[in-house]
Amino acid sequence: MSSTGPDVPSEDELREMSTEQAMLTGAATDGVYAVHRRDRFPVPGTKAEKRSERGVAALFTIAALAGVAFIVVFVAAPWTWKPPGNSQIFRFYTPLLGTLLGIMLVGLGAGAILWAKWLMPEEEFVQERHDEPQPGEGADQVMTGATLVAGYRDTGLPRRSLLVRTLVLAGGALATVPLVALIGGLIKAPGKTLFHTLWSPQPAKYPNGIPVVYSSGRRVSPNDLQAGGLATVFPGVPGGVKDASSPTLLIRLRPGQGKDVEARNGQANWGWGDFVAYSKICTHAGCPASLYEQQTTRLLCPCHQSQFEVLRDAKPVFGPATRSLPKLKLDVEVVDGVQYFVAPQDYQEPIGPGFWERG
Amino acid sequence: MTSTSEAPSRRASRPRTPAGKTGMWLDERFKAAGATRKYLNKVFPDHWSFMMGEIALYSFIILILTGTYLSFFFDASMGDIRYNGSYVPLQGVEMSRAYASTLNISFDVRGGLVIRQIHHWAALLFVAAMLIHMLRIFFTGAFRKPRELNWLIGLSLLVLGVLEGFVGYSLPDDLLSGTGFRIADAIILSIPVIGTWTAFMVFGGPFPGTLIIGRLYIVHVLLIPGILVALIAVHLAIMIRQKHTDFPGPGKSETTVVGHRFYPKFSAQATGFFFIVFGLLCALGGLAQINPIWLFGPYNPAQVSSGSQPDWYMGLLDGSTRLFPSWEIRLWGHTVPALFWPTVVLPTILIGLAAAYPFIEARLTKDRARHNLLQRPRDVPVRTALGAMACTFLAVLFISGGNDLIAKAFDISLNAMTWGGRIATLVLPPLAYVIVYRLCLGLQRHDREVLEHGVETGIIKRLPTGEFIEVHQPLGPVDEHGHGMLTYAAAAVPKRMNRLGRGRLAHVRGFFYPVKEKPEIAERLAALEDSEHAELESPEREAELTD
Repeated sequence: MSSTGPDVPSEDELREMSTEQAMLTGAATDGVYAVHRRDRFPVPGTKAEKRSERGVAALFTIAALAGVAFIVVFVAAPWTWKPPGNSQIFRFYTPLLGTLLGIMLVGLGAGAILWAKWLMPEEEFVQERHDEPQPGEGADQVMTGATLVAGYRDTGLPRRSLLVRTLVLAGGALATVPLVALIGGLIKAPGKTLFHTLWSPQPAKYPNGIPVVYSSGRRVSPNDLQAGGLATVFPGVPGGVKDASSPTLLIRLRPGQGKDVEARNGQANWGWGDFVAYSKICTHAGCPASLYEQQTTRLLCPCHQSQFEVLRDAKPVFGPATRSLPKLKLDVEVVDGVQYFVAPQDYQEPIGPGFWERG
Repeated sequence: MTSTSEAPSRRASRPRTPAGKTGMWLDERFKAAGATRKYLNKVFPDHWSFMMGEIALYSFIILILTGTYLSFFFDASMGDIRYNGSYVPLQGVEMSRAYASTLNISFDVRGGLVIRQIHHWAALLFVAAMLIHMLRIFFTGAFRKPRELNWLIGLSLLVLGVLEGFVGYSLPDDLLSGTGFRIADAIILSIPVIGTWTAFMVFGGPFPGTLIIGRLYIVHVLLIPGILVALIAVHLAIMIRQKHTDFPGPGKSETTVVGHRFYPKFSAQATGFFFIVFGLLCALGGLAQINPIWLFGPYNPAQVSSGSQPDWYMGLLDGSTRLFPSWEIRLWGHTVPALFWPTVVLPTILIGLAAAYPFIEARLTKDRARHNLLQRPRDVPVRTALGAMACTFLAVLFISGGNDLIAKAFDISLNAMTWGGRIATLVLPPLAYVIVYRLCLGLQRHDREVLEHGVETGIIKRLPTGEFIEVHQPLGPVDEHGHGMLTYAAAAVPKRMNRLGRGRLAHVRGFFYPVKEKPEIAERLAALEDSEHAELESPEREAELTD
């Protein structure tokens, strides 16, 4: 097909044409030609035509009715949450709103599509792509290229290397300054933050070590836990319960198991009786490793299924974790005749996921 | 493009209808009649697989609409608050304002929950539709010259869409998404050299800090959506400029597009389709509970619920993280955690391969031609098999992302699931390559066989010799041996009798079966068809099509 459309008829000629003819002429001007165009219902007013029209109209009516119903339900239906024991009819509010909105929109959409499919004329048009090399295209390329190159020469940049160099410097500054300003504002030196937790000793305030507490703040006593039980405990310092790196698992092994616990050099006496404490934060990706199987003495992290063997120094025995859960040294202080756990020292290695400076 | 005319006659014939007057008023100011008509007349081809991108576009529009609504009620703050809204089980619980305001949207804003759930479903659909759209582009070769750049833009949209979704579902600061974000923190920490500093930059200190929700919020409602809008605009502008691809078939060619014009038919159908997508998402948002954050509770770094599952598009990263072995590198006082490989390196490689694919294929096949006609996947067995290989790999990772739930449901050992996944990532993709490659060849051969021998009719004939043969219906003229003379034209070959003559579906009425016209109407139609053909064959076909 040729690259240019047929000659455009004059305005007067176009005015002589029917609307349909003028439309097709316009399409042809744009390189769009009808290969097939026919009224859906060449015989007007047939039963089939009326049926189609009624079908589309019915869908639009359904949409309108669903819209009205939506407004009624939205305004009038009970919707506030009630505890069990009260009427639970509010539970239908959201499903009803969604369904009515759905019916309204699908009704409208299906109506529009069927309108186009059933009632609008059948048509198949062909449009020229004009993307194969056109006559004149090469000329355009040469002229545009020449314009760009000439403009570049006019700037003098090819000859004036000083200008180029200083401009590159200025551009570099322009690109770097916002980056420096942004990053400079955002940057926070990690320092040794990741090497400490809130279990760090504060001898002035807590001479025997940081108190071990539950999330409620209540202190943990050895008598709280049954054999085989475990508790999530926190440093009893301000903010300790909410701190992300301090959660610790206190495990009371079953009688006799305490003797079997493997420990790294120098950590053998870090437990207390049958009690051992390990960081709860998984050394793989930082999820709390909180599923403890009494029988196998394995801790499982539910995020990526790393498994740690508690009796073997909480070593990873399966899954993607590479490092043992750090062990917290336990001790006991007596207050008013009751024993309470304390942590005399912080974890001796960074808890949680690995990082570059960890070593 | 506007037609030139003499001033007097123009004056004499000013439009009289209100629509005409408005049109004239506008054109006298903007001179846009020609350009407008060009777009009104733009032809769109018709194939169900071209609607995946539409679904993605419409979900995005729905996301903006519902998201704007949500932003009126959401408070992106990590400040503490004691909840005292209508949801009794959480009353008195300390939580962040972000979590509390999400509860308020769900329980104390009339109709808020349905909008929240529509927004979440739309996000899931947005990413899914983009992925399926991308697969369609890949398997049909629509990324080839001249469309390589649009492939790259589309890929960026997919990656940004996943990121946007992840950031979005982290905003409520609930236990599930908080756990997900803790993993994100660990992933950033795992990057060599800059990881720790980057993580401290993102969170403003150690995880979780008090800033992250506010930062995520502006990223979620301004930064990424802004980039998405810009990229979608360019994506569509390039598509309009380069015009749509189409499958080969009768009447199709490299130099033309065949289909409906934008106005009125395509626009009516596309608008209708938008409303249907919107309506189905509304029904989903009403009927199918999604992300019930009040059941998870507020985020607490010491807690996690078992069976935690991210939104589906994060599933494959979750899977790769679960499967990757515990290989941590510790050298010269530095650590490269195992987490780095499956969560940073693997996605980078996957995205890089996808981005480079059009250029690799063009280089290896030495194909520098422009392509507007699509390929059937069977005709490009290597590409199809590579695609199947990639899909299998991703599917194994995706399934492994839920391997704990599968292990529980089917009572399989979790460790066996993990090992199964590890082996499957290595074994299944090459297997998929071989199987799909053979399938493609088989389908190619079958096409050629039908072209040569015709369609099986199901009629068994007994020859005088006693031999039974099945009668085959040739698709076209046959040579002296009775073999079909049609050659394969890269288009679908009819393989059943009732597919014959349906090469151009546009002429056939009915959704599922051709509608039989009543005799008197059929006669009239046939007469019209004949006169139309006569006209179409005349050289000046444009203006004379209708009487």
